Amino acid sequence: MSAAPAISVEGLAKTYVVPVREAGMRAALRSLFRRESRRVTAVDAIQFAVEPGEIVGFLGPNGAGKTTTLKMLSGLLHPTSGGARVLGFVPWEREHAFLRQITLVMGQRNQLVWDIPVADSMERNRAIYRIDAPRFRRVLGELVELLELGPLLERPVRNLSLGERMKCELAVALLHEPQVLFLDEPTIGVDVTMQRRIREFVAAYNRRTGATVLLTSHYMADVEALCRRVIVIHHGRLLFDGLLSALVASFASHKTVSVELGGPAPDLSSYGEVVSRAGERAVLRVPKADTPKVTARLLADLPVVDLVVEDPPIEEVIERVFAGEPAP
Amino acid sequence: MSFLRDLYGTFIRISIAIEIQYRASSAIWLMGMVIEPLIYLVVWSAAAEAQGGTVGGYGPRDFAAYYLVLAAVNQITSGWHMWEFQYRVQQGQFAFLLLRPVHPIHGDLAENVAHKLAMQVALLPALGLLALAFQPRAELHAWSLALFVPALVLAFAVRFVFEWALALACFWTTRIMAVNQAYFAVLFFLSGRVAPLALLPDWLRHLADALPFRLMVSFPVELVLGKVSRPDALEGLALQLVWLAAGSAFLALLWPRALRRFSSVGG
Repeated sequence: MSAAPAISVEGLAKTYVVPVREAGMRAALRSLFRRESRRVTAVDAIQFAVEPGEIVGFLGPNGAGKTTTLKMLSGLLHPTSGGARVLGFVPWEREHAFLRQITLVMGQRNQLVWDIPVADSMERNRAIYRIDAPRFRRVLGELVELLELGPLLERPVRNLSLGERMKCELAVALLHEPQVLFLDEPTIGVDVTMQRRIREFVAAYNRRTGATVLLTSHYMADVEALCRRVIVIHHGRLLFDGLLSALVASFASHKTVSVELGGPAPDLSSYGEVVSRAGERAVLRVPKADTPKVTARLLADLPVVDLVVEDPPIEEVIERVFAGEPAP
Repeated sequence: MSFLRDLYGTFIRISIAIEIQYRASSAIWLMGMVIEPLIYLVVWSAAAEAQGGTVGGYGPRDFAAYYLVLAAVNQITSGWHMWEFQYRVQQGQFAFLLLRPVHPIHGDLAENVAHKLAMQVALLPALGLLALAFQPRAELHAWSLALFVPALVLAFAVRFVFEWALALACFWTTRIMAVNQAYFAVLFFLSGRVAPLALLPDWLRHLADALPFRLMVSFPVELVLGKVSRPDALEGLALQLVWLAAGSAFLALLWPRALRRFSSVGG
């Protein structure tokens, strides 16, 4: 028998009421007497469950409803309808026992106190989350080791680089050893090396603690490295929920065929769409169904030295999903 | 209880560290809080002298006593959360406060207390120097000095609770500035900062008596200067308790609604 899911979401919906007014003086005067508003559906009856210990990528273009969903699941927002349970709690009832077991990290905002050393922000969270001294020392020690925070702890936050600040932000958010992590673009704005470090840390943290992670990111490298499973939403609706490999398989209509020839590459447009051609190398985009036929023809017709068939980059697949193109 | 002791201890330690970090801006802030009563002191002293020595029974040295004590009381009871809330909501910082398993009022209270503790280092010597310059005169009684302490604490508590409750208006309007300005204008007149309340026209004084503003600043000042009879002092303390209870009940009623409002609109 499997344990209850760490996160379960059923028919969850959120509609915002947004005031609207046309530009110009006349519209301004009219709005004095009659306020007009419009209802915007940010999340539209989505449904999914996440098992304990899973890392799930939560994908969608800007404005898809990702952050709104994370805010509902962390108890900051009341849904308009539908339900959700996180660790058995209804998030928006905001029970302290619930808040002590989750964390929400928002890459674009920070909770560290700007002008004092990071260690003081840690100390503040120790008191807030009632972490006893031995546990505080142990967890802090682990976080310092995993994130290599040693030299950063004594520095005021304003003197840290963006990447360093993000590492500290993560450490402060994890000090109370939450069982569920909502990570909203944790790698936004940091350089690729730091992105990789943060990814490795999240993976290590998940292995070490068995915490459940729901992660949004616009960097597909994050998603590929961390998430076997992805949930895609767009315009507030669930578009896909399944293995990342299945997403690629069902949405990638083409394969990329790279060939290296014994001499200068001729015009290969009769084999497929030529993406690039330089010297003896050429890259073709070939409909998935035609790939075996095309590769066989290439090998038969031309002096092929090397030939590689690949799925298109994940970015391209995701773009297709977001564009609403149906799976071929 | 030990949780709250640890929480407040930690918050106060960190807030004092921040105060020290921001010492220049704190000093300027404090200067503002001393200069305002000083201006009124100079103006009223000049008015008294022009009228042959007193206005409404206050001579220059009585005004000196009044405004120096008022500067201290006003600083100790003041708050800034009405401005802070607007910033928090606009910057999306409120979300972090709500993610914590502790009511945000605790952090604000601790921060306020820390600021006051840190500021006394500069405020008390500054007032001491001004006392040397202006030669204040007051009738001090042991009983009124003893009652001054609870009166001051209650004045702070009443002001803090009302301002925190009013700050929650920012969940309903994005133009909280207007609300704040209106509040501070009324507070300015009815708490005894423009003039001792005894000098105000009767109708304004009655208004001040019916509202909590006098109890936030003026009452402890009157008490320490011996302007309040013993029964009136006890009545004042009782009224402070009543207003504190009313303000707390109002806040307790408002908070879940503000939260509900915040969580339906988004932050």
